[in-house]
Amino acid sequence: MEYEVVIGLEVHSELATKSKIYCTCTTAFGGEPNTHCCPICIGMPGVLPVLNKQVVEFAAKAGIATNCTISRFSKQDRKNYFYPDLPKAYQTSQFDLPLCIGGHLDIQFEDGTTKRIGITRIHIEEDAGKLMHDKWGTGSLVDYNRCGVPLIEIVSEPDMRSAEEVKLYLEQLKSILEYTEVSDCRMEEGSLRADVNLSIRPFGQEKLGTRTEMKNLNSFKSIMRAIEHETERQIALLAAGDEVVQETRRWDDDKGFSFSMRSKEEAHDYRYFPEPDLAPIEIDEVWLKQIKESLPELREQRLKRYVEAFGIPEYDASIITSSKHLADVFEEAVAQKCSPKAASNWIMGEILRYLNDNSIALNDISISGTDLADLIFLVENSKISMNIAKRVLKMMFESGESPAAIVKREGLEIVDNADEILSIVKRAIQNNPQSVADYKAGKDKAMGFLVGQVMKESKGKANPAMVNKAIKEELDKL
Amino acid sequence: MDLFQYTAHELRDKMRKKEFSAMELTKSHFDRIAAVDDRIKAYLKICEDEAMSTAQTVQTAIDAGTPQPDLAGIPFALKDNMCTKGIETTCASKMLENFIPPYDATVVEKLKQNSTIMLGKVNMDEFAMGGSTEHSHFQKTTNPWDISRVPGGSSGGAAASVAAGEAVFSLGSDTGGSIRQPAMFCGVVGMKPTYGAVSRYGLIAFASSLDQIGPMTKDVTDCALVMNAICGYDKMDSTSVNTQYPDYTKYLVNDIKGMKIGVPKEFIHSEGLKPDIRASVLTALEEMKKLGATVEEFDFPINEYAIPAYYIIACAEASSNLARYDGIKYGYKANQFEDLLDLYKQTRSEGFGPEVQRRIMLGTYALSSGYYDAYYKKALQVRSIIHSQYMDAFSKYDLIAGPVSPSGAFKFGEKTENPLEMYLVDMFTVAVNIAGLPGVSVPCGFDANGMPNGIQLIGKPFDEGTILRAGFTYEQNHEWHKMRAKL
Repeated sequence: MEYEVVIGLEVHSELATKSKIYCTCTTAFGGEPNTHCCPICIGMPGVLPVLNKQVVEFAAKAGIATNCTISRFSKQDRKNYFYPDLPKAYQTSQFDLPLCIGGHLDIQFEDGTTKRIGITRIHIEEDAGKLMHDKWGTGSLVDYNRCGVPLIEIVSEPDMRSAEEVKLYLEQLKSILEYTEVSDCRMEEGSLRADVNLSIRPFGQEKLGTRTEMKNLNSFKSIMRAIEHETERQIALLAAGDEVVQETRRWDDDKGFSFSMRSKEEAHDYRYFPEPDLAPIEIDEVWLKQIKESLPELREQRLKRYVEAFGIPEYDASIITSSKHLADVFEEAVAQKCSPKAASNWIMGEILRYLNDNSIALNDISISGTDLADLIFLVENSKISMNIAKRVLKMMFESGESPAAIVKREGLEIVDNADEILSIVKRAIQNNPQSVADYKAGKDKAMGFLVGQVMKESKGKANPAMVNKAIKEELDKL
Repeated sequence: MDLFQYTAHELRDKMRKKEFSAMELTKSHFDRIAAVDDRIKAYLKICEDEAMSTAQTVQTAIDAGTPQPDLAGIPFALKDNMCTKGIETTCASKMLENFIPPYDATVVEKLKQNSTIMLGKVNMDEFAMGGSTEHSHFQKTTNPWDISRVPGGSSGGAAASVAAGEAVFSLGSDTGGSIRQPAMFCGVVGMKPTYGAVSRYGLIAFASSLDQIGPMTKDVTDCALVMNAICGYDKMDSTSVNTQYPDYTKYLVNDIKGMKIGVPKEFIHSEGLKPDIRASVLTALEEMKKLGATVEEFDFPINEYAIPAYYIIACAEASSNLARYDGIKYGYKANQFEDLLDLYKQTRSEGFGPEVQRRIMLGTYALSSGYYDAYYKKALQVRSIIHSQYMDAFSKYDLIAGPVSPSGAFKFGEKTENPLEMYLVDMFTVAVNIAGLPGVSVPCGFDANGMPNGIQLIGKPFDEGTILRAGFTYEQNHEWHKMRAKL
């Protein structure tokens, strides 16, 4: 029998606010264990939460960008369960009145066709701490630094039908969160995490099959692998006449399989109830307008602008905007008044090549747009040759210095002193009589060889036009 | 008269006349504690060194001629569920026996700003759950009027310390009557302010939507002085209300002519109300009439559901608020356990007393999937009806009056066997917390056993002024507030 896979996602994303959701502690990643904490985020007796308004604004921005309705009235609820990384033994979250409801985003396939994926809701909540399993003793230690870092949970409808659709959805979502500056989406730091709800059903059947929920997915790759694995597992079960059990499963990326964490019967009863320490969240017309107005340009808008205003090929614009960080580098370069086309060409050519060769992600480009613009100006103003510029770019990546500083330190500025060039040219002619003879015999190629010799001796710095001119004049004199 | 017998406003006036120093006043209270607390057992922790050094600082300021707040140099006792930086805050629980908060509760900061002197931390029912202070893990506080009887609860230590002259005033907390009932039992004035008037930051939560800190004092004037010191918006408490708080002493006016007082029939004709308490409250109401107020009974039928709704809401919130005591971070941790789950079980079974465990179980049950609608949601519906019936009454009356508790102070052990009976001591007080209203208990005589009785005055939200005025007028026309327990 042919089966169809049905997937819905719950994506958790850490918000990029400076301080935590209910206290003023920093949200910075890392730090010595238990140094980004205070009595409030470690849940000491008697402390009370105060909602960080920016969390509401960030979450609302994510909602607006995913076409959700922003609830004018929402509330926070306590989700009660015991675990050492949860110091209050409840997570403050949102249950029946989330901040954003009923949105969607459109994913685009390679052939240009699109599909709409529904977004059920987006709600705000606090992150938990981290358990560190002590390698030397028998106990575990807790680091509460992450406790109270604001999260949004984005719950999709079960609208995805393949791992590919999930990938496109996640890429699209990640891009939206980055462009709205709501989250930095660093999966390796856990600031974007996904749980996968998956079921299968025979093609054509309307009724949904029994689903499983898969947790602990923290890279695109592991999500793809987990989906493929879980689809096969469920198909095999049904094929063997067994049933899929509704349960929560944990994906082990090292072993490449998932195992059952808890069944439906063992599911937690979270005993949700309204958080009495916090007032309901009310967003009035004025505040909502402010939030809307503060929304930055999203990817589609930028892509369109690059094509229309800058005349950049759509393909190039789509690569550049695929990472907000890269697009920001590009914008910064253009803001320095360098030619958008030159900036785009550099990015599409040398920069992407360098990133590729060194396995660096687009988001991790370390050079600034200003430096890129300065490099382009050096070439345009004939201060360095194109070839030298490529070497300078590499050094910019390696040392982080500005192109001007590198050119100065390395003495790479172009030589356009006619006397200096002439003396090198004369030496080259003297040292290569055979080439001179070939040239005189009508072999134009010999000219190129002589130019190469001159460039070599000048370490690539001689002004190529002047070199060409000088060689021709000298040879013609002979 | 010994210094420990005076009220705060009397002491203020005498100190301003330089009749004695803040050190002498403080010392007189420690002497009093040394003399009587082995019988009263109000204090869990005495902070003599800190108090004497604060008194010295305050006196230096007084001597320098700096203008002082009303409560400058006045010694007080703090219920042990309010956090004090560097000083044990136990909630009278084994769970927090050695807990030393690294922060002060907002009310503690405010009292410090008012140059008051904290004598120590006083006893209570464990986590403020109880009506007799018998549920303290550490000791049983006695009633200064008869030490074979309870002081009421949960703020029993706070009430007894004031009644016994071991503190000029104290702060208690009131979730369902925990200030007003012990105030009545011990013959002092106890006020639960409007929900949101006093910051809860640093008050160890029992039931967040009901808890409120308030003063316990020797008379109504002192109550107004302490209210002035502790009320106010606090950005650390999201449920704190940002409004204009008046100078409560402005309401200390001996005049209630034309004031309209409503009395809930369900309070005054309640079957559970002891005849001697009823008679004493009715006499007080008669006298208020003579002073020019109108008194009228009204129907308050929802009160029948107040106790059940209260115990569902309070226990539900408590089950969540007390979940953090898990043996992982601070407080008691079981010595023997098999695994994580067992650590939780052993720690919480050994660290919490039976009443706290009972309420955690009640609350956990009420919030459980499948029962939420039948219990918690229903209780919230009752809550909103209680609120609207009170508001309807306030469209006709300036204040509502009635008894505080159905009986006067009872003997130790009388109600500990039957938790339900203990819960009923709150039958006239819980609805006030549920509706978030201010309420005060003012001494109004004695019961058949010679134990103090009080009249409860309930006001509109943020209208503490009216009930202070009514209480003050009643008080000024009687001598109850001048009577002291003999020890």
